[in-house]
Amino acid sequence: MWFEQFLFFVTAIGALGGALGVVMLRNPFYSVLALVVHLLALAVLFLLLRAEFLAAAQVVVYASAVMVLYVFVVAYIGGADEPLRPEGGPLATFGPLFAAALAIELSIAVLGTGLEAVDTRGADIGPDFGAPGQIGALLLRRFLVPFEGASFLLLMAAVGAVVLARRRRGLEA
Amino acid sequence: MDIGWFVVLSAFIFCIGAAGVLTRRNPLVVLLCLELMLNAGNLALVAFARMHGNQAGQVFALIVMVVAACEVVIGLGIIVAMYRNRLPIDVDEMSELRG
Repeated sequence: MWFEQFLFFVTAIGALGGALGVVMLRNPFYSVLALVVHLLALAVLFLLLRAEFLAAAQVVVYASAVMVLYVFVVAYIGGADEPLRPEGGPLATFGPLFAAALAIELSIAVLGTGLEAVDTRGADIGPDFGAPGQIGALLLRRFLVPFEGASFLLLMAAVGAVVLARRRRGLEA
Repeated sequence: MDIGWFVVLSAFIFCIGAAGVLTRRNPLVVLLCLELMLNAGNLALVAFARMHGNQAGQVFALIVMVVAACEVVIGLGIIVAMYRNRLPIDVDEMSELRG
């Protein structure tokens, strides 16, 4: 049991550190690498929550495929360091203010009301909870329509990306 | 581990992502911060799926990952189109829809 808690705190620090790295680092390339750290830490958290298939999908699809796409685009447009904001417009003042307000609100919600309702270890589950077979059966039986909708959405996104990123002047340009 | 810890962690990750969307100017980093927010939602979904012992939450998280992948592809396509048209890669400068 202590090992589970130890693993949770290590990966939680990794996830928070990765998230802070994404926001704080000036170079977009380093931001992408910080997001990879964050996603890998989240995959371990998914394993702790007994979502084995989701953890594998997180590593294979998210931390690898999607992040490779990001790295390619950063390399294509040139990962120049973001210049600091010259002088404050309304966005420069209200953006951090709103973020701080959200942080305070969430802290009040977490500390004040307490989370008694979710302070459980969870329901009793079988050994194959979250296994690929279980998820696949759910996808193909109970959630068939969302599953097909997701595939259609992916097709539309692929076509849309080709249309957006193609060169405008004919095929040879 | 209590489920509450996971929910608290997800709330803080969401907050960091929202702060990034509001404060950063590079659209690439804004997209990365959107990923952070979606992942925080995913973590909460998986945590509640574990709490209720119901795998529907995990399927929902999987669908959220699909939507996130679509959003990334379209967003990166728009950024590449911006770069091709020699527009500034800066969300503050982009205030018109017409390309």
